[in-house]
Amino acid sequence: MIERLVHWSRVKSPWVLHLNAGGGCNGCDIEILAALMPRFDLERFGVQLKGTPRHADVMICTGAITLQNRDRVLRVYEQVPEPKFGVAAGACARAGCVYRGSYHTLVGIDQLLPVNAYVPGCPFRPAALIDAVVKLLNSVK
Amino acid sequence: MEYKVSLGPQHPALHEAISLRMTLDGEVIRDADLKLGYSHRGIEKLAEERSYIQNIYLTERICGICSHSHTTCFTQGVEQLMELVPARRGLYIRTLIAELERVHSHLLWLGVAGQESGFESFFMYTWRDREVVLDILEWISGNRVHYAMNTFGGVRRDVDELQKKKILDSLGLLKKRTDYYLNLAASEPTFVGRLAGVGKLSRQQAIDLCAVGPTLRASGVPMDVRKDDPYAVYDEIPFEVSTADSCDVLGRAVVRVKELIQSYHIIEYILNNLPAGPFKVKAPRKVKPNEVYSRYEAPRGENVHYIRSNGSEKPERLKVRAPTLANYPATIAMLKNGFIADIPLIFAAIDPCICCAERLVQLDDVRGGGRVLRFSELRAMANERAKKIDYTKKDIAWPF
Repeated sequence: MIERLVHWSRVKSPWVLHLNAGGGCNGCDIEILAALMPRFDLERFGVQLKGTPRHADVMICTGAITLQNRDRVLRVYEQVPEPKFGVAAGACARAGCVYRGSYHTLVGIDQLLPVNAYVPGCPFRPAALIDAVVKLLNSVK
Repeated sequence: MEYKVSLGPQHPALHEAISLRMTLDGEVIRDADLKLGYSHRGIEKLAEERSYIQNIYLTERICGICSHSHTTCFTQGVEQLMELVPARRGLYIRTLIAELERVHSHLLWLGVAGQESGFESFFMYTWRDREVVLDILEWISGNRVHYAMNTFGGVRRDVDELQKKKILDSLGLLKKRTDYYLNLAASEPTFVGRLAGVGKLSRQQAIDLCAVGPTLRASGVPMDVRKDDPYAVYDEIPFEVSTADSCDVLGRAVVRVKELIQSYHIIEYILNNLPAGPFKVKAPRKVKPNEVYSRYEAPRGENVHYIRSNGSEKPERLKVRAPTLANYPATIAMLKNGFIADIPLIFAAIDPCICCAERLVQLDDVRGGGRVLRFSELRAMANERAKKIDYTKKDIAWPF
């Protein structure tokens, strides 16, 4: 009974942590914020942006991971309680985008963390993020 | 008693990775230090491996908010190196995009200022209006954030009559909203009370610490590259440099709202006086050996690119000085003797774009203490790493 309730609340109201992995251009961060604003309003699906990883269910990661930020990203990911879902948002988080071949970035978030959903685009449109969240929640159901 | 508090690199008040270390005396900040390098991506090194035309796409991705600033700065520098005179219509369209970008950046900043001062509905209002500007940019360029408009010799897409009409229609709405914000910023007592007197930076301090952009202009110094050293077509366009004398966060908000209104006038002027003719001319592939220093007034302040060419189709050196980097020393001065609760507000007031400013060649060696790496050493390190890449393995590195 309790388990069903927890599962229901998890699907109906996923709390999101937005993490900038460092090596991005912050265009994706702005689009994530735009997705939460009145026009796209991601909050109507119960999605809420949280400041701390300890409250989050889903971690949306943008940007390629820089070497200096690598351990910190891992530490933040470990603080998210189980079950947790990773979303690689934007071309940098998926495969490095223009920063591929740089001496200070990793090629994609999935080299470091398990990823459940990828959002393509440089940067993606807010609608693409909403699509990713809906698909992720459907797979959790 | 003094104690130390560190903020970041992962913190809800900062949307990007940066670390602030502060020495506090009670609630008063006595000293502050910034640690950078979390977003360093090695853009300058990457630029040396790409041709000039590819570098437009790379410089666009230095920053997601002022992407057009960096490409324009780079493009006009390379045009000087090529001794190429760009098409006049192209320059007008370039300026149009630049001003639209300034509008979206300032609206974004106003929202962030509202959020940091606890005025959430203001945040929602400005971000709703910002979507109008993003729609205009999407009509013209096909994308909301990275417009990819610039190319050597002009721009890549034209503006037609229908788009012109649509933009002018949308501008009417934006003007009405901005008047409302100006009214609000000047008369809403809670908003004024929160911003006034916070983050003081005197006129002399602003000049001494080399602040740029709205931070400098809010301290009463009318400095704007568009007026002082006009590039593109700014010498033909009538506009005023907006300043404020209050030297605090409220002044910075007022300067930005005034600049919004000036930008609307500039956009109207450009659309009504758009010259006929081609919007781009053909550019040569190779560039003669030379060096150039290109200046541009980005929404956050003066943006500088230094480009050195060596006769090939790739630049020998690209140096980027983003406006946020120039504003860091002033931020430290503003934080000192302020309250801990004002940190997000003061820090947001320079409109920090952290990934813009990450141009470091200094690395800390854990074993041998701190040391500075020469550029040649860094290049040798990068070459060493490139040699180790196994190109037969899929997905490891970009095949240059």
